[in-house]
Amino acid sequence: MTEAIAATARWQSCAIVEIATRTPAIKSFFLRLSETFDYTAGQHVDVRLTAPNGYVAMRSYSIASAPSDSKVIELAIERLPDGEVSPFFHDVARVGDTIELRGPLGGHFLWPGPSNKPVLLIGAGSGVVPLMAMIRYRKASGEPVPVALSLSSQTWGDVLFRDELLELESSLPDFALALALTREPATRRTDFSRRIDAGMVADVAARLPGSPGCAFVCGSNAFVDIAVDAALALGLEAGAIKTERYGA
Amino acid sequence: MVTRGFTGRQSGSEPSDRIPPGQHLVDNFPVLTAGPTPRIEPVDWTFTLKVGPRPVKAWNWSEFNALPRTKMTRDIHCVTSWSKLNTAWEGVAVDDILADAGLSAPTPFALAHCYDGYSTNVPLADLATGKAMVALKYEGQPLPRDHGGPARLLVPHLYFWKSAKWVNGLQFTERDEAGFWELRGYHMYGDPWNEQRYTND
Repeated sequence: MTEAIAATARWQSCAIVEIATRTPAIKSFFLRLSETFDYTAGQHVDVRLTAPNGYVAMRSYSIASAPSDSKVIELAIERLPDGEVSPFFHDVARVGDTIELRGPLGGHFLWPGPSNKPVLLIGAGSGVVPLMAMIRYRKASGEPVPVALSLSSQTWGDVLFRDELLELESSLPDFALALALTREPATRRTDFSRRIDAGMVADVAARLPGSPGCAFVCGSNAFVDIAVDAALALGLEAGAIKTERYGA
Repeated sequence: MVTRGFTGRQSGSEPSDRIPPGQHLVDNFPVLTAGPTPRIEPVDWTFTLKVGPRPVKAWNWSEFNALPRTKMTRDIHCVTSWSKLNTAWEGVAVDDILADAGLSAPTPFALAHCYDGYSTNVPLADLATGKAMVALKYEGQPLPRDHGGPARLLVPHLYFWKSAKWVNGLQFTERDEAGFWELRGYHMYGDPWNEQRYTND
């Protein structure tokens, strides 16, 4: 892993080939790599923007697309009102622009590889991005790994990748989906109308055909702490719970 | 390469000589941890100094708190690109830990070990001569659990993953042995001013 990262973490220029509005606050940016790299679902890239006077801003974004032969990767970026880089992507960037990035990065929050043990995914908001890469990889690879996703969003309209997740729920065997809406009532019987809590995590984990072998949690620090405590209460070992917490 | 249409948020008032390349200032204190946040009560806490595999000395919480105290106010820099200025810490300088164990310069390198299984490598030269401490307080208060409480390593001049949270020991090693993130593609040394983020930077 170390060598793979070292060999491929060079800066490269990528063209924006498509921009898709996902939710009111989140857009997907499809970038064509000039140098392809192999990555594992869950990894991220660093993006670097340079101003005319040489000032540089850098941020990390998880890859939403599943590893494939394609030279195009998808980043789903939430517009942070006080942000510096995300408003640039939302308000300024357009198809045909060139963006510098390096990757793949991150050697810990990684799809576990061949195993039949169920995987529990818990995300909030744009925290679903690295989890989506895992779900898409699970589908593309056909690995017989049961997966359950608990995804918290403010409203139905804020659910990132909602239509694709709903489609996967009906078409992908051994994939369970539970949406949790925090600012409006959920209408589906299998969803929740509240913030995450231990009962919700236990309920979603119980939709797996067996005890989860590992859990991936991505969201704000407060969200992750609640989800992790709930996963520990299910009997998961601390080392089997991997987290990504929003930074600044 | 200039990015079309990007000017950035350059206020002009920021003390740019204190912000390393690729970093931006934050006012909050982000929490980034790769797994569950451990719960360690001070009564259960111990700190062990080892040279190679050999334990040299161990302190419990009250013994460790009786060691000489050092205060430091420093700028800190996270590899995820945030920097925070003027953070105030109090703890026990690594020099004072070594002195209490009767050691001066055991080996050229060290690994910090932690309650959650995390580890990170730091050369002795970056731990000694007042450069680093085991921090017990942040901004005058006991270190919060999210930020590594009850105790974390503080090596403020290196990227902040080197300032290991929930630290429970220092192990001196003859060779520079990679820790948790260093085994996963991050730089062995991690100097923010040279942007040593990843292995070959």
